[in-house]
Amino acid sequence: MSDEETQLLIRRIKEGTVIDHIKAGEALQVLDILGITGKDGEIVSVAMNVSSSKIGTKDVVKVANRFLRPEETDKLALVAPLATVNIIRNYKVAEKRKVELPDLFRGILKCPNPTCISNRKNEPIIPTIDVVDKEVPILKCRFCQRVISPSDTLLIA
Amino acid sequence: MDEALKGRDLISVLDLSGSELDALFGIADEMKKYAKSGTDLLKNRVLATLFFEPSTRTRLSFETAMIRLGGNVVGFADPSTSRMTTGETLADTIRMLDSYSNVIVMRHRIEGSARLAAEIATVPVLNAGDGSQHHPTQTLTDLYLMRSEFGHIDQLKIAILGDLKQTRSASSLCFGVSRYKGVKLYLISPEPLKMKQEVKDYLEKSGIEYIESTTLDQYLGDIDVLYVTRLQKERFADPSDYEKYRGSYIVTTEMLQRAKKGMIVMHHLPRIDEIPLEIDYTPNARYFEQAANGLPVRMALLSMIVG
Repeated sequence: MSDEETQLLIRRIKEGTVIDHIKAGEALQVLDILGITGKDGEIVSVAMNVSSSKIGTKDVVKVANRFLRPEETDKLALVAPLATVNIIRNYKVAEKRKVELPDLFRGILKCPNPTCISNRKNEPIIPTIDVVDKEVPILKCRFCQRVISPSDTLLIA
Repeated sequence: MDEALKGRDLISVLDLSGSELDALFGIADEMKKYAKSGTDLLKNRVLATLFFEPSTRTRLSFETAMIRLGGNVVGFADPSTSRMTTGETLADTIRMLDSYSNVIVMRHRIEGSARLAAEIATVPVLNAGDGSQHHPTQTLTDLYLMRSEFGHIDQLKIAILGDLKQTRSASSLCFGVSRYKGVKLYLISPEPLKMKQEVKDYLEKSGIEYIESTTLDQYLGDIDVLYVTRLQKERFADPSDYEKYRGSYIVTTEMLQRAKKGMIVMHHLPRIDEIPLEIDYTPNARYFEQAANGLPVRMALLSMIVG
């Protein structure tokens, strides 16, 4: 399937976000990490295993009328490090963002260690996860110092 | 006085560089002179000790250190005497003591609590043990003893024996030796109580050679330091496993006879039966000196951080 055919498969959106170049088969994880369930009424298009001139096959997600915040783009790096994020306004790409791990996640991810102080509900604490290696990647809880695999991270609801 | 540590927190031994460790040990040598007579270096300064978990040596040596330096001590050794039992948050307790004191020493079972305290407090926070990974001042005491015994820490061969998974002194020591060159570790434990993977990952990343084994015997002729920790019955899911392993992790005089000449036996104490009383009288026993060194080392630390 050509890129043109992919365009036909998922219609263009007037306003919203297109997440492109997601590794084939991982679009549902992208929806999950962004907390997109479809229950909020947004129009979501998902194409999986479509051809890509850059990476062979890929997934694409389009979300109408929702503009990803920069910190949401950061979260994407955990599941789709090669993805690109296009913010669409009036059918045109208004902004192109590269997905990249930030230096830290503050108030976005929580530590999976149940005995970490950051999971105590009554303490005034903003869970902070440091990205100590962006290549591997390696994350570390600022508080308990546990090394965390990206697949173990938990989103703060 | 070396100013490099002034006002700093100490949460993990890795907060200190190799040269800062050297400076601290040099000052600890000096502090031995004042360990009985005292000085007025920290006169009018107040140390707050918050021990949410039991402690004998760490708490008493910190308190004695502050008193010997001419300062004063407030705090508690039993959290049931504080308002924490009524649900007061750790953060609120820290804020209050922050306003009363010049330095806070804290032990807490919850991992990361010392770092939270350090984020909240404006005065330095010294971690006296949190969770199962960090116990920096124990490691300072341990390294200081090795330095005193051998004149160096580089190239030492150190076996750590017992419950390596849950003992914070054991993981903290692994972090501490990474500041030295050519140290080789022998991590000896029952299979269910092996050192945490992330500590081993850290050792690998730091280029520290280590061997893991369930038995010590084959290494007795090689090691310079035997660092013993206790096996705790409650850590075993199956109590019969405890009975099975226990005997293999008890130090005997027969073992010491087969050990490398000059090998020393260390223990962070308290011991249960992993070091029988007869070992106390062997030339290898160093655990009482180790505990005694806690005083000059903590005097040095307090003087460098608060002084």
